[in-house]
Amino acid sequence: MSSEFWIIQTFNGLSYGALLFLLASGLSLIFGVMRVVNLAHGSYFMLGGYVGLSIVWLTSSRQAPSTTIWSFTSAVLAGAVAIGLIGIGMERLFLRRLPGQTLGQVLMTIGFALIFQDLALLIWGGDPYSIPVPRFLQGAVKAGALSFPAYRIFIIVVAVVVAALLWLALDQTRAGARIRAAVDDGEMAQGVGINVPVLSQAVFALGACLAAAGGVIGGAFLGVYPGADFEVLPYAFVVVIVGGLGSLPGAMVGSLLVGLLDNFGKALFPELSYFTLFAPMALILALRPTGLFGRA
Amino acid sequence: MMRRPGVLVGVAVVVVAAAAVAPWLPSYPLTLLTQAMIVAILAMSLDVLLGFTGLPSLGHAAYFGVAAYAVAILTTERQSGFVVCLIAGVVFAAVAAALFGLIAIRATGTYFLMITLALGMVVWGLAFRWVSLTKGDNGISGVPRPDLGLPWSFWGPLPFFYLSLVCALVALALLALIVASPFGMSLKGIRESESRMRILGYNVWLHKYLAFVIAGTFAGFSGVLWAYYNGFVSPVDVQLVTSVEALLMVALGGQGTLLGPAVGAALIVFLKNFVSVYTKRWLLILGAVYIGVILFAPRGLAGAFHRRSS
Repeated sequence: MSSEFWIIQTFNGLSYGALLFLLASGLSLIFGVMRVVNLAHGSYFMLGGYVGLSIVWLTSSRQAPSTTIWSFTSAVLAGAVAIGLIGIGMERLFLRRLPGQTLGQVLMTIGFALIFQDLALLIWGGDPYSIPVPRFLQGAVKAGALSFPAYRIFIIVVAVVVAALLWLALDQTRAGARIRAAVDDGEMAQGVGINVPVLSQAVFALGACLAAAGGVIGGAFLGVYPGADFEVLPYAFVVVIVGGLGSLPGAMVGSLLVGLLDNFGKALFPELSYFTLFAPMALILALRPTGLFGRA
Repeated sequence: MMRRPGVLVGVAVVVVAAAAVAPWLPSYPLTLLTQAMIVAILAMSLDVLLGFTGLPSLGHAAYFGVAAYAVAILTTERQSGFVVCLIAGVVFAAVAAALFGLIAIRATGTYFLMITLALGMVVWGLAFRWVSLTKGDNGISGVPRPDLGLPWSFWGPLPFFYLSLVCALVALALLALIVASPFGMSLKGIRESESRMRILGYNVWLHKYLAFVIAGTFAGFSGVLWAYYNGFVSPVDVQLVTSVEALLMVALGGQGTLLGPAVGAALIVFLKNFVSVYTKRWLLILGAVYIGVILFAPRGLAGAFHRRSS
């Protein structure tokens, strides 16, 4: 194996990990604050991609190979807002009725995932699409003999910015302190006057927004297609499990680890590629049942 | 519940009636009944974990699938007979459960859910990507129906229905004996209060581990029949949605009742097939059923029935 192979594969792994971070950080926070195992999280990713696709079609020509920055940005924002609203509705009307009922939450969120899957098929049909990107993100950045796709660099930049903002918000603001308090001990947080239900609502919406934005951004390089929801869901879960439920640093480390493991697994052992992803996770869990950064 | 004579009589009446009516049924309802019997074994096996021990497994399709794949590979590659396949399938499932149990039983609550999900994904990943063994996404087709050296051919829907019925009854009887035994009582004790059982001197880990292996073994039994019934095994059989569907059957029928999950399994099988005849939107309806069960019958049909009679 040449050194180019390792550099390019590492880069690909990092960019995939960056996308996973957008998807999984929200899932992790939702779990941390509400203890909800949300199996519809992959649906937010898929639906976000579809809404973004429709916005791009509305704002620029349908056949165009590239789109404007304005059109692409509004696609990401519209996807995030639309799915954020769906998330708020799900939390407020349904999940809030099932506090502490793990099995009930699992069955209810998978019910929503099935409904979303069917609705997406009804609205957007079964064909796979790809979201066009602005021209300046289409080329590749050359460094010596190596070339790095600009779009993958863009994903890494977006994820770093989002991670930095999330970290600042959680670590430096009053709302962030409240969220951390709710993650550590929801009952106690409620007791000292933090409005945990409102906080849960906000975190749930934020998680759905992030997943949907990830869906639009990811839709440009993974595509938007039926079944994407259940394809990305296990990845998001692995990230959260490995990193530790409710931990932002855990989601960061977990995303990078999973991105790299998945990429090298597929490149080196194509037949065992999912095994090389899930088996290390099972091992980490066997040694640290709460994940790398999680607390019981 | 199995100790009450009324229930026993009820089961006997239903079984005798089904067996008596079966020869006059057209083949489509008959195959649905067969499917219901096989899936009922899966649901009952999960009930041992979920209902009796209080462990919600999100990866129960793994053991079902391991056995189904074992049968599919053995019959298509080596032309193995029914007895070999049955033993191999059940043993493979038991071994998988014994291995996975070592990892999973350490965790409790949500972490148990997550770990079983992850372990289930390991099996799904192998089924999906280990193409030289499992044929990947295409699945393994052409699994022949078993030949037991009996005068009837199991290619016909009627003999295979009777075979499935007998198997489901055997599974029900064995599982009922297990949950009614002192061991089963200890499992219920663990469900109610793990710390109390530990203080009383019970080896809680071992009890949970054995329950896990037993549940996996019976899921394997169901998987063996499924491979023969369907003639086709694919990653769909081990995917997350299959595991969750088994959970739905248990929740719908009523956890911790053994018969409830069997009824839940039959209802879901019929619902899926009937709805898909009338509309393409059956996923939508199935999704609504998930949500409806949780909102309106959180303790399942058995719970609703109980409330009314008491």
